[in-house]
Amino acid sequence: MSLFSKQNMEALKTPLGMNNPVTVQVLGICSALAVTAQLKPAIVMGLSVTIIVAMANVIISLLRNTIPNRIRIIVQLVVVAALVTIVSEILKAFAYDVSVELSVYIGLIITNCILMGRLEAFAMANGPWPSFLDGIGNGLGYAKILVIVAFLRELLGSGCLFGYQVIPQWCYEHGYINNGLMLMPPAALIIVGCIIWYQRARHTELQEEQN
Amino acid sequence: MGLRQLVDKIKPNFEKGGKLHAFRSVFGGFETFLFVPNHTAKSGSNIHDCFDSKRMMIMVCLALVPALLFGMYNVGYQHYLAAGMLEAATFMQVFGYGFLAVLPKIIVSYLVGLGIEFTVAQWKGEEIHEGFLVSGLIIPMIVPVGTPLWIIAVATAFAVIFAKEIYGGTGMNIFNVALVTRAFIFFAYPSVISGDAVWVADQAILGLGADIDGYTAATALGVAATSGAAPAWDMNMVWGLIPGSIGETSVVAIGLGALILLGTGVASWKTMLSVFVGGGLMAWVFNLCGSADNAVAMMPWYQHLALGGFCFGAVFMATDPVTSCRTECGKYIYGFLIGVVAIIIRVLNPGYPEGMMLAILLMNLFAPLIDYYVYQSNVSKRAKRAANSK
Repeated sequence: MSLFSKQNMEALKTPLGMNNPVTVQVLGICSALAVTAQLKPAIVMGLSVTIIVAMANVIISLLRNTIPNRIRIIVQLVVVAALVTIVSEILKAFAYDVSVELSVYIGLIITNCILMGRLEAFAMANGPWPSFLDGIGNGLGYAKILVIVAFLRELLGSGCLFGYQVIPQWCYEHGYINNGLMLMPPAALIIVGCIIWYQRARHTELQEEQN
Repeated sequence: MGLRQLVDKIKPNFEKGGKLHAFRSVFGGFETFLFVPNHTAKSGSNIHDCFDSKRMMIMVCLALVPALLFGMYNVGYQHYLAAGMLEAATFMQVFGYGFLAVLPKIIVSYLVGLGIEFTVAQWKGEEIHEGFLVSGLIIPMIVPVGTPLWIIAVATAFAVIFAKEIYGGTGMNIFNVALVTRAFIFFAYPSVISGDAVWVADQAILGLGADIDGYTAATALGVAATSGAAPAWDMNMVWGLIPGSIGETSVVAIGLGALILLGTGVASWKTMLSVFVGGGLMAWVFNLCGSADNAVAMMPWYQHLALGGFCFGAVFMATDPVTSCRTECGKYIYGFLIGVVAIIIRVLNPGYPEGMMLAILLMNLFAPLIDYYVYQSNVSKRAKRAANSK
C-alpha cells in the first residue's frame, strides 16, 4: 500500500472537517474552554496535543499486537503520561511563560478524550503510518477549533491578537468597551456552539434524522 | 376609508402570486396586530375567545406604561437634582429630559429585536411572532440610564438570537429574553451596569439639563453592599425618586401595572404573591440570624422588597407565561424560590448587589423540572386512588 493512498489521506483529512474531534465528536471540550482566552496558549496547546496524539498513536500501534487486551487502557495511559511529561518538561525549559499560562492543562492532556478515543478506535487496529497520520489529523482538527475560538475571544475580549492591540485606540476613546464575557469560559462554549451550528447547517448529512 | 378597508385593499398584493408576496409575513404580522384574525380551525374542536397572544402582549405593554412614564420622570428628576437645578425646572422640562434620554433606548431595542425577528420569520417563511413587543419595552426599563445605545443593541441581538430564535422563537424560549439581555450586559460590560457612575444621566440633551462631570450616585443596594451601612428607610424608596434602573424604582407605578395585569388575568397572582412571600421570608430569616456586619442582611424585609429590581422582576418577569411554571402548584414553588434566591444572592454575594435577575434566570431553568414533578405527583396520586377504588 502506498504511503499516501486514498485511505491514509482520509485518516489525515476527515478529522479536520467532517469528523472533527471537537465539533462533530464533541470531545476535548474542557480544554477548549479553558485555554482559549488568548491565541498564544491556544496554539501551543493545539500543537502539544497534535504531537502527543501522533506519537502515542505510533507507539500504541507498534505495540498493538503485544498488548494483552485486559490491561490495554493502562498501557495506553502509561504511554500518554510519559509523552505528556516530556512535552511539559520541554515547555518548562524553552517556553516557561506559556507553560505557566497553561498551568495544569498540559498535564491534563492525559485526560483529554481525543487521545484515548484515537488510541482505542484507531491505533489499536491500524499500522504505525496510518496511525501517525490519524494522530496528526485529529490533533490539527482540535488545534483548528482552538485557534478559531481563541482568535474571536482575544479579539473581542481584550482587543488584541497575540498580545498586540489591534482595535485602534480611537475606538476606545469613542466609547468602545471590550466584551468581558469573552474572557470567561462560557463565551468559548457559545462560540464552539456557533461553529457546530454553522458546520451542521452547511453539511446537512451531519444532522441526525428527525423522528 | 377605514383601516379595515385599507388593509383589505392592499392584502391581495401579499397573497400568493401578488407582487409583494415575499413580505407576506411582515404584512400578516401587522394585520393580526391591528385586527383579531378571523380564520377558524379547520378540523377538531378548538374553541377559544378573541384574547390571543397579541392582545395579551398589548395588555402587558399597557401595564408597563406607568412604570415607564414614571421612569422617564425619575431620570429627569435625578438629573436636575444632581445639577442643582431642580427648583427652577418645570415639570415638563424634567419629564422632557427623561423622555429624551429614554426614547433612543426604546427605539434601539425595538429596531434591533424586531429587525431580527422579522428577518428570521421572513427567512423561514413563518408568521411573525409578537413576543418581542413586551421584551423590547422591558429591555430599556431594566438598564441604567447611562448604558450606551450600541451596548443595548449588541445585547438585544445576542438575547434574541441565543435565548429565543435558536430555541424556536416566541413561546419556545427557556430564559426570559429581556433578562438575558440584561445578564449579557452585566457580564460583558460590567462597567456600564454597576458601580456608581451610571445611574444618573450626566449630559445635557437638546438644551435640556446641564453637563455635570464626574457625578456619582450609587443605588441604595449598591450603597448597602459597598459601604457596610444600609441607607435608612425613606418613603422615596416606595415612590421611586431614587437612582436605579430606569423603570424599576417606583413601587407605586409598578403596583399600578400589577393591578392591570391581575385585573385582566394576564399574569398569575400565585407567582407574583409567592415571589414576595419568598423574598420577605428570606429577608426576615437573615434579619434573625445574619451576621451583624453585613448591612444587607440587616435590612428590614419591606426595604428589601421595595429596593432594586425586586418589584419589577416579581410583577413583570417572574410572571412571564413562557418561562415560568405552568402548573398551579408549580407557580407557588417557582415564585417562592425566586424570592428566596434573590435575597440570598443580595445578602451573601457582595459582588452582586442585586440578585433578582440571576434568581429569575436560575428558576427559569428549573421551571420545567418543577412542572414535571408536580405533574408526576398528580399522576401517582390518581393512580393510587384508582387502585384503592377497585
